[in-house]
Amino acid sequence: MANQHSTGTRPLHLFLAWGFVGIPLAWGVLQTLSNAMKLFQ
Amino acid sequence: MSVLDRKHTIAAPGFSRWMVPPAALCIHLCIGQAYAFSVFNLPMTKLLGITQSTPDDWKLTELGWIFSIAIFFLGASAAVLGRWVEEGGPRRAMFTSALCFGGGFLVSAVGVRLHELWIIYLGYGVLGGIGLGLGYISPVSTLIKWFPDRPGMATGMAIMGFGGAAFIASPLSVWLMAMFSTPTHIGVAEAFVVLGIVYTLFMLVGAVIVRIPAPGWTPAGYVAPAQPKKLVTDKHVYVYQALKTPQFWLIWWVLCLNVTAGIGVIGQASAMSQEMFPGQVTAIAAAGFVGLMSLFNMVGRFFWASTSDIIGRKNTYFCFFAIGAVLYALVPHTGTIGSVTAFVLCFLVIISMYGGGFATVPAYLKDMFGTRYVGAIHGWLITAWSMAGIFGPVLVNYIREYQIDQGVPKAQAYNVTMYVMAGLLVIGFLCNLFIQAVDARHHMRDEPAEASAMAD
Repeated sequence: MANQHSTGTRPLHLFLAWGFVGIPLAWGVLQTLSNAMKLFQ
Repeated sequence: MSVLDRKHTIAAPGFSRWMVPPAALCIHLCIGQAYAFSVFNLPMTKLLGITQSTPDDWKLTELGWIFSIAIFFLGASAAVLGRWVEEGGPRRAMFTSALCFGGGFLVSAVGVRLHELWIIYLGYGVLGGIGLGLGYISPVSTLIKWFPDRPGMATGMAIMGFGGAAFIASPLSVWLMAMFSTPTHIGVAEAFVVLGIVYTLFMLVGAVIVRIPAPGWTPAGYVAPAQPKKLVTDKHVYVYQALKTPQFWLIWWVLCLNVTAGIGVIGQASAMSQEMFPGQVTAIAAAGFVGLMSLFNMVGRFFWASTSDIIGRKNTYFCFFAIGAVLYALVPHTGTIGSVTAFVLCFLVIISMYGGGFATVPAYLKDMFGTRYVGAIHGWLITAWSMAGIFGPVLVNYIREYQIDQGVPKAQAYNVTMYVMAGLLVIGFLCNLFIQAVDARHHMRDEPAEASAMAD
């Protein structure tokens, strides 16, 4: 069966799903980076 | 509950496969909290004394067992329950994982409140550890089935989340403890309750989102290679049959040696950088170095697993072992010439390959044993991680102690360890070299259409 699914999910669903996991991860990475900068100070 | 069944998880027409990686990340971003559990250790040594430990307070050595028990049950549950995960589908496994992992925190909160350590061993260690194991393997085969064109990248994304979870958990835990602490009370129990509830809900979102592809589904425009690569099979191997193949055990050693080489230095990175460069690397700078290593551990998972889709799994592991061995052998030289930059660069590349080893192995298993039981086989392989988690740190610590006892200066006490690590990677290179395609006698016979559909 060829793909019949790949275009139907609403972009808003994708945005919400990726935002749900991406925002906390980005926040954590920024926290870590700001601490890591002390290595070069 | 039927809503958790595999057949109720099949994607309806119109479902985008790009919804599945966030579902997997919902799980891995939570269970990876285990890497940050140590932030609770020091506060838990002062629950009674508040400002300093009293004789009735728990010791750090006693608290260290919480993490060890959790990692043991991670490996054990992934191995024993792998087939249940594979046959029951990802939603049931993710749901159970959420209840176990979140429940582990809640039980542990009771343990902290009653000041009974065995309850925490049972809560975070046993219950949480089972949640860790189920959660770790639950999205793997689903992702591989949704992304037959890029299985390395897909599993790399999820396992990257496991590496990145500590970035969230560490500051969040510290913030929660500070919020619930008073001059007469340390807010560990309250922090556990909040984390238990938040992690359960976050993981349940993943269980709700996740779908498996309908039988026979393929991505738009994807055509399976007409001439399969020598080490990539389109057949399936039953989980317990896979354990009888030399390929499984060679990959087991490949993972074990790669992890041993990395895990041993992760725990020692802070002390090592300060002792090898006395006066040049302060405690604050060392903490920054550890943070940077965590970041490369996370990014390496995605980078190397995605790269393996292009250059192949076997070649990716050849890169890990060859480059890793050379870099480990160079580390003592960076100390001799006093180059902090070279030292940091060596370890950042090494640690990226440590993470990459975890993230690439599910796709390696899929290549060798097919997709049908890849999650369950991956579950058994995780015992290599548990083994490495014991031997890696022990190896580094004992060699260092022995060197110092022999009168070697602290700045050079890690040199032998680095050469031993390089040696382990050479052995890993040889194990990888011996991996050949699985003999056809191990392949499953063709299944009836109905069973095959369930499997897909």
